[in-house]
Amino acid sequence: MLALRDVTVRFGARAAVDAVSLDVADHEVVCVLGPSGSGKSTLLRVVAGLQPVTAGRVLLDGADQSGVPVHRRGVGLMFQDHQLFPQRDVAGNVAFGLRMRGVARVERAARVAELLDLVGLPGAGRRAVAALSGGEQQRVALARALAPRPRLLMLDEPLGQLDRGLRERLVVELRQLFGRLGTTVLAVTHDQGEAFALADRVVVMRDGRVAQSGTPLEVWQRPASEFVARFLGFDNVVPGTVTGRAADTVWGRIPVPAGSAQGAARVLVRPAGVRLGDPAGGLWCTVEARTFRGQSVAVRLRPESGPALEAACALREAPEEGAVVGATFAADEVVVLG
Amino acid sequence: MVLPVAFFGVFFAYPVVAIVGRGLTADDGAWRLGRLGDVLGRPDVLDVLWFTTWQALASTALTLLIALPGAYVFARFDFPGKALLRAVVTVPFVLPTVVVGTAFLALLGRGGLLDELWGVRLDTTVWAILLAHVFFNYAVVVRTVGGLWSQLDPRQEEAARVLGASRFGAWRRVTLPALGPAVAAASLMVFLFTYTSFGIVQILGGPAYRTLEAEVYRQTAQLLDLPTAAVLTLVQFAAVGAILVLHARTVRKRETALRLVDAGSTARRPRGAGQWALLGGVLLSAVLLLLLPLTVLVRRSFDGGLGYYRALQDVSASGGTFLVPPLEAVGNSLEYAAVATGIALLVGGLAAAALARRAGRFVRGFDALLMLPLGVSAVTVGFGFLIALDEPPLDLRSSWILVPLAQALVGVPFVVRTMLPVLRAVDVRLREAAAVLGASPWRVWREVDLPLVGRALAVAAGFAFAVSLGEFGATVFIARPDNPTLPVAVARLLGRPGDLNYGQAMALSTILMVVCAVALLLLERIRADRAGEW
Repeated sequence: MLALRDVTVRFGARAAVDAVSLDVADHEVVCVLGPSGSGKSTLLRVVAGLQPVTAGRVLLDGADQSGVPVHRRGVGLMFQDHQLFPQRDVAGNVAFGLRMRGVARVERAARVAELLDLVGLPGAGRRAVAALSGGEQQRVALARALAPRPRLLMLDEPLGQLDRGLRERLVVELRQLFGRLGTTVLAVTHDQGEAFALADRVVVMRDGRVAQSGTPLEVWQRPASEFVARFLGFDNVVPGTVTGRAADTVWGRIPVPAGSAQGAARVLVRPAGVRLGDPAGGLWCTVEARTFRGQSVAVRLRPESGPALEAACALREAPEEGAVVGATFAADEVVVLG
Repeated sequence: MVLPVAFFGVFFAYPVVAIVGRGLTADDGAWRLGRLGDVLGRPDVLDVLWFTTWQALASTALTLLIALPGAYVFARFDFPGKALLRAVVTVPFVLPTVVVGTAFLALLGRGGLLDELWGVRLDTTVWAILLAHVFFNYAVVVRTVGGLWSQLDPRQEEAARVLGASRFGAWRRVTLPALGPAVAAASLMVFLFTYTSFGIVQILGGPAYRTLEAEVYRQTAQLLDLPTAAVLTLVQFAAVGAILVLHARTVRKRETALRLVDAGSTARRPRGAGQWALLGGVLLSAVLLLLLPLTVLVRRSFDGGLGYYRALQDVSASGGTFLVPPLEAVGNSLEYAAVATGIALLVGGLAAAALARRAGRFVRGFDALLMLPLGVSAVTVGFGFLIALDEPPLDLRSSWILVPLAQALVGVPFVVRTMLPVLRAVDVRLREAAAVLGASPWRVWREVDLPLVGRALAVAAGFAFAVSLGEFGATVFIARPDNPTLPVAVARLLGRPGDLNYGQAMALSTILMVVCAVALLLLERIRADRAGEW
């Protein structure tokens, strides 16, 4: 469907997108994940034709898009802040793309009604867009982007401006909707929860380059680098030397999964893999802080050597602040990073 | 972009080059650049330069001082008769400068209202000129600044107030910066108009006060000294060019994307004694400054009952001044102005659209170039048309289109100046959203820009129409004797001795005033009707 080949975009000396190659298959939902400034929005603008590339090619259905103007690319783009046309009502916004394609009035009206039903705003056609809530605007923007049946739908921070509860509900709705319609989607977000919930495949970007690509589960279980690990919220990363089934670190010897790369590497221990016990039985740590996280308690530990360490434990097993514990590590929650 | 450039090349640059060439070359075609130094060394020329500059500065400052409160009142307050009053304050702007001069002479001069009441005469002082300039340019500030002001979201100021800013502090830090480009644009217009003031200075200045424009006219028409006129034109060109470059720099730094809201939602009834006092003060100053001279004008036109008006239908009453009844000038003027408005909107709209979307040195240069017809004297444009466009390859002398073309030339800068700030304030991503949905660049302009700038377009059309109706300096050179426009007819009548001619001039001026008022009221109507749809 979509193929990017070594796409580079430079603003002056800075490369916002640096030799990125990316494929999106038919009916696939791909989510580009990265911190702000990582070049992910620029990527969408390149595909839409709003941003000329410095180098590389954009192919849609195998056809090179260089020289194809924005309005002939047949893609949809939902802007971060929606960009609904303020002078038109809801129906006027949704029908816009259909009008541009010369769809007849009757057909247009039917399609608009169908889409407003689809996004859960039946009968809202005559409302002014200024009178809509944030969530409603987001739905109208989605309906507007979907109406012309774009071959590729792109979403720029689709749920960025909404409050948390609404976001979690909408992300499920979007996933179901795309599955039902078979839409091919390329979305960008800085929110990992959103990306993992929405995507068949996640692409993590850093400074204009692809840092990792894989299913949400793969990325979550096996972050490819310290950057990806830290971006996903894992901070238990130390340098070490892997020999056989263990790594030597400032936290002592940490068991690693079978088949891990040997030699000097960064080692990640997921909080769930940090077991707390008797001080004599492991790495000697003081409990610095406890944060209640609902299902578990995040315990922040200050080891006798090395950086702070986070552990996740069940509520009734969590030690008091100031207590002294011994930490041991479970190999299946340890990842040797590249 | 191509059409505006071509338009300006053929109808502005070419005639100006022609007249400068004629002025600065000898009969054998050799250059006589030494004339530059000769003319500029003359003390009388230096006096003219000095007076031109300081009176323009003083007029601009005085206009801003008096008109900015007016812009605020029109933008933010709702009061009965607002639409009517808005049209009324615009009327002076479209009056021929000759008539404005005469109206102030009638008000301030010998036998005028002030002389009769208190024995005060101002017509020999510079105050008459300054007041007439304020009278003339009040609408420029109210329309340009007030137009944007009414579309600024008042909640921005409220946000600043909540953050601890005083009422004045919020205005100074939030609203004033947002208004900056519009105020700069308006100031520039006023400065240019007063810098190149002709009719008003001619009548109220006497021999003591002469602007460059009046001097150019005197040299061209009375002394037939073309070389000196050409040199003075060059000086004016350079001065105006410098101002325009400066202006372009200032505006470029400060024009940012503004949050524009529907103007209808920002105005409300005045609250509290202070606001009512402000409204009262503005209305009073408008009445004193704007309505009084007009009233005197109308009163004098009825001095002989309806006699002066009846005389307008009669060719013979003019004593050979006209080939047709003066009243036909009304129809001529309307037709010319309509055509000129169409041309100005087309050329100016395309230019503004091109300028809003692109950046770069070339575009900025063109931006400044567009303003030049305002700066170069209208007399020069008219005279240039006459000598440049009457021979092959372009022989338009006998064509009626010549008059609308000259008028459009003067109208285009208004269109560009009015449209550009609003076009630049349109969020670029709105255009992108439309493009992604399949709209071609042309459809993007029609579907996104046009509805959002509709108000500005209407204002621009009003300006272009008004300017065309009132245009005098260029038209007087090229209007054919059997097709005079209203201002030309008025000037011809004023140029003849006798009470009947003077009275007819007053009557015709009154008609011109009414035509303008009606046209502007219609425009206000259109704006009000469409506002609901947008």
